[in-house]
Amino acid sequence: MQAAYIARRFGVFLLIVWLAATLNFFLPKISGQDPVRTKLLQQAALGGAVQSGMEEMVKEYNTRFGLDRPLLAQYGSYLYDTAHLDFNYSIANYPRTVRELIIEALPWTVGLLATTTLLSFTIGTLLGALLAWPRSPRWLRTLMPPLWALHAIPFFLFGLILIYLFAFQVQWLPMFGGYSPGAVQGFTWRFVSDVAMHSILPALSIILVSVGGWALAMRGMMVTTMGEDYVVFAEAEGLRATTVFLRYCVRNAILPQTTALALALGQILSGAVLVEVIFGFPGIGALLFQAIQENDQFLIQGIVFTVIVALGLATLVLDIVYPWLDPRISYRKLS
Amino acid sequence: MNALRRVMSYTGRNRSLLVGTLLLLALVLFVVIGRMFVDTEDARALSAPSLRPPSWDYPFGTDRQGRDLLAVMVAGTPLTLRIGFIAGFLGVGIGAVLAFTAGFYRGMTDTIIRSVADIGLTVPGLLVLILIAVSIKSSLTVNEMALIVASLAWLNPTRTIRAQVLTLRERGYVELAAMSGMGGLEIIFLELMPNLLPYLAATLVSSVSAAILASIGLEVLGLGPMDAPTLGMTLYWVNFNAAMINGWWWWWVPPIVIIVTVFLGLFFVTMGLDEIANPRLRKST
Repeated sequence: MQAAYIARRFGVFLLIVWLAATLNFFLPKISGQDPVRTKLLQQAALGGAVQSGMEEMVKEYNTRFGLDRPLLAQYGSYLYDTAHLDFNYSIANYPRTVRELIIEALPWTVGLLATTTLLSFTIGTLLGALLAWPRSPRWLRTLMPPLWALHAIPFFLFGLILIYLFAFQVQWLPMFGGYSPGAVQGFTWRFVSDVAMHSILPALSIILVSVGGWALAMRGMMVTTMGEDYVVFAEAEGLRATTVFLRYCVRNAILPQTTALALALGQILSGAVLVEVIFGFPGIGALLFQAIQENDQFLIQGIVFTVIVALGLATLVLDIVYPWLDPRISYRKLS
Repeated sequence: MNALRRVMSYTGRNRSLLVGTLLLLALVLFVVIGRMFVDTEDARALSAPSLRPPSWDYPFGTDRQGRDLLAVMVAGTPLTLRIGFIAGFLGVGIGAVLAFTAGFYRGMTDTIIRSVADIGLTVPGLLVLILIAVSIKSSLTVNEMALIVASLAWLNPTRTIRAQVLTLRERGYVELAAMSGMGGLEIIFLELMPNLLPYLAATLVSSVSAAILASIGLEVLGLGPMDAPTLGMTLYWVNFNAAMINGWWWWWVPPIVIIVTVFLGLFFVTMGLDEIANPRLRKST
């Protein structure tokens, strides 16, 4: 049964991958834009170059990018290329390939997102659990209203405020980029600490905003769980308070939180894209911003595809791990 | 009068609804009063000297391209809200139809609708919207913007409303209605809808909020209506001109304050409506 569940879940993942590729292929066709021609025209306008060779150049580029063949053949080879993670050349950064650019940017985004999501999920869940627990200190409750209020604000807006406070007013932290200009990249202490300094503000703007949401949801679940008979029974048995709290309440209340995490990943990522743009943090978001500014269609498509697949993988893993967290749900019953 | 008093006394107890409504009302007042004193034509570029800090003539200052920022805020706030409301209403409307069809009739339709919504929700919405916005046209109008945002705005409502319909359809009064010969549509409109109204309202408000968030995201990335003075476009110009680093605080403080007010207002209203929809929450707070 387990194998069948995993196989079906994997099937859904493949479906997402196929849909992303198809969307990527057909959406730009609707507009009838010719990305290569547009780009060349732009460059011609910028450089004031002669227009006479334009048609040949477009033809040459179309052959190179494969844009001169029938639609279905293009679709077929697009799917084939995409399956091999080949997203063509970047139009704006030719001859660099889209894959190269994405591979360069990916570690930044993965690092930022993994750290911030883990931290905010853990802190928020714990905080929410403590808030619902009658024996926790009272001062905790005063934390709640500001966290809720923050939770309603987009990440990047809060990021702007942080830039103003900590990078412009008091200048404690760098306000832009992923590392100091001219820094030598590598696994040296100097570079790593430089990157860490640059990551504090982007990370804080994601963490401080999302902690409130996790705390709010967890508190709600805790309130429901604490009303359950088994908790009352556990207390009546005279179990230690920490045991009741951790093993009886938190253990059960955390399950819907994990489901929510799988669903929230997409939103967190959408928010992080804008945070990277605001901070000039050299990840996928900043790369996407640059691609939009330069109308680099292939790069935009490559990024959208990569991100959708990466998130699909993350939810796939969460879904496969989930029945292990909650033994009540057998693999069979989930459909 | 009696009804009004009851509303008043209820909002007295439902604090979040009161606070949220007050925040949104403050915004409406700002726009309405602003329109009486400010010419919204000054929200266009080159209608004022550039980069003036706040003064008597320009209470909110002016930006680098010579827009009167007070006029921008007065003209832009309703535009941003319009995008949110169009997309939010469309999203909840389409979502509700799909959710009632799926949740009430079940079967194959339910499987399809549920799967589409579930799969759609795991995909990061902003990126798909970016792809759509990039593909469609180089420059958008405010209404086109709203339609683009609406194209994904139905996913979340579909999912959440369907879950509610599923619990309601097993209730005794629905079964009784079916036994007494009511048709499917009659049950949906006369039995299910009225009971779900507060819930639908809460979903609507949170959809509006999500739509505004998505539209501002697209605008900050430079995919918005370039010549419209929406709040998101103002932030795009703030970022574009590095107003933060240059210390032009008057340029970014008003849009941030207004956007925060919008989101906080909508958030509190959603919480308040949730409390009406789900009376169990009343005890715990």
